[in-house]
Amino acid sequence: MKEVYLDYAATAPIDLDVKQAVDEANEKYFGNASSLHTIGQRAKGQMEQARETIARYINAAEANEVYFTSGGTESDNWAIKGIALAQMEKGKHIITSAIEHHAVLHACEFMEKMGFEVTYLPVARDGSVRIADLKAAIREDTILITIMAANNEIGTIQPIKEIGEIARKRGILFHTDAVQALGSMPLDVQAMQIDLMSISAHKVYGPKGVGAMYIKKGTEIENLMHGGAHELRRRAGTNNVPGIVGFGKAVELLKQNEAVYVAHYTQMRDYLRDRIENELDEVILNGHQEKRLPNNLNVSFAYVEGEALLLSLDMEGICVSTGSACSSGSLKPSHVIEALGLDENYLHGTVRFTVGRQTTKEDIDYTVDRLKSVIARLRSMSPLYKDSKNS
Amino acid sequence: MDYSEKVIQHFREPHNVGVLEEANAFGKVGSPACGDKTEMYLKIEDGIIKEAKFMTFGCAAAIASSSVATDLLKGMTIEEAKALKNEQVIKELGGLPEAKIHCSVMVEEAVRAALEDYEARQK
Ligand SMILES: Cc1ncc(COP(=O)(O)O)c(C=O)c1O
Ligand SMILES: [Zn+2]
Repeated sequence: MKEVYLDYAATAPIDLDVKQAVDEANEKYFGNASSLHTIGQRAKGQMEQARETIARYINAAEANEVYFTSGGTESDNWAIKGIALAQMEKGKHIITSAIEHHAVLHACEFMEKMGFEVTYLPVARDGSVRIADLKAAIREDTILITIMAANNEIGTIQPIKEIGEIARKRGILFHTDAVQALGSMPLDVQAMQIDLMSISAHKVYGPKGVGAMYIKKGTEIENLMHGGAHELRRRAGTNNVPGIVGFGKAVELLKQNEAVYVAHYTQMRDYLRDRIENELDEVILNGHQEKRLPNNLNVSFAYVEGEALLLSLDMEGICVSTGSACSSGSLKPSHVIEALGLDENYLHGTVRFTVGRQTTKEDIDYTVDRLKSVIARLRSMSPLYKDSKNS
Repeated sequence: MDYSEKVIQHFREPHNVGVLEEANAFGKVGSPACGDKTEMYLKIEDGIIKEAKFMTFGCAAAIASSSVATDLLKGMTIEEAKALKNEQVIKELGGLPEAKIHCSVMVEEAVRAALEDYEARQK
């Protein structure tokens, strides 16, 4: 059966050049980057090259502002817990948004349990954080603003440059989760006045289980990992050199080809969007329609349930994700979809399509073709659809 | 998703989908705001369920449960139908994941609502 992968935001397949770099590192650079001997230092050299590549790509002032971690989740946790613990003398208030990734939200909830206060900013219907809301939420004791660069479900890009400017002016640290943004939009930590930024390799065709955090020089932050003296004594643990080398290679490819990748994502996404809009009734597009990630299309289909839709598409070999789950007790939209305030007929029928480098026009044609029959089938069983036609 | 072969079968090709025009018992449970919604249509003659159909908005478990329940209902007496429990539907489906039990409960409730409607009409 044909297989169409449209879930690149969940994870991307490793790029073949990246895989080659990882394989080579596994063989040739197996040393412990902390060892003083030649083999250890050889591995360290490769790791530092990757650090340099990534630092340059995000326009960090120094390579040493990039710290390798196990991925986006660790970076987010480190930023929130590490800053909260290091700055609690100044205050115990954190500002975030209602639509952050769970790695941010659950870390914030944990800090609430530890006695911190967190403000969860609501978002507009298009998923954007409103600057006025942010300004109104800032207090004397606010120590951290953490707002994602772009949302993983609905693709909306947040005004992080404006947020960075406000935070800097008020002397508040600014962290952004740029896990989805990396490779899809420009990220310049200096121009955007970012103090901390989370990124992850597997979303940019790199290996899984490796990521990084940018920490502006001079930022006081507590460690999450205690142990050896790795990563300038800030993140203990033997370095995942092959993973880091792969991450470096993946970012090097971004540097070389980002415009080409983005053009391809945009073309495929727009083609999918146009066909869905023209050929299916009663659908709405979620997220901001201009300020959005180029590879993301989030659609709500009225009168059908997301999990049933996902499973039906999966039976046709099409892999997508949904912002709806029917779990213990009831049908529940994701926190992101919930925050948008959709009409109830659309609330549970949300699908995220994310295209990637391997996506072809044939994939999209096949998807739309099957999507039409799947939607028609599910609507034919839906009492909501029937009622809407009768009234 | 952790679904049995049987759930997938019934989800892929559910039995007894649609509105039963000649139904003399009708039950409806759920709301779009809180989630799943099911309509149950029964045609009862001489105390026996002759025909059963459903319309369901919901996940695969809800659709498969509706399909199996309508299969089970056909030929049952009213008393048997009243005693139909979601456990029986689950058993027929070869099990449901823990988080999906509530979807079969909804179907049980729809059957009960239809039988109550039938009794109300007899008065
Ligand atoms: C916005 C965002 N933040 C954080 C993460 C977590 O990253 P990782 O999978 O590297 O832990 C993800 C990926 O799921 C994400 O999309
Ligand atoms: Zn369900």
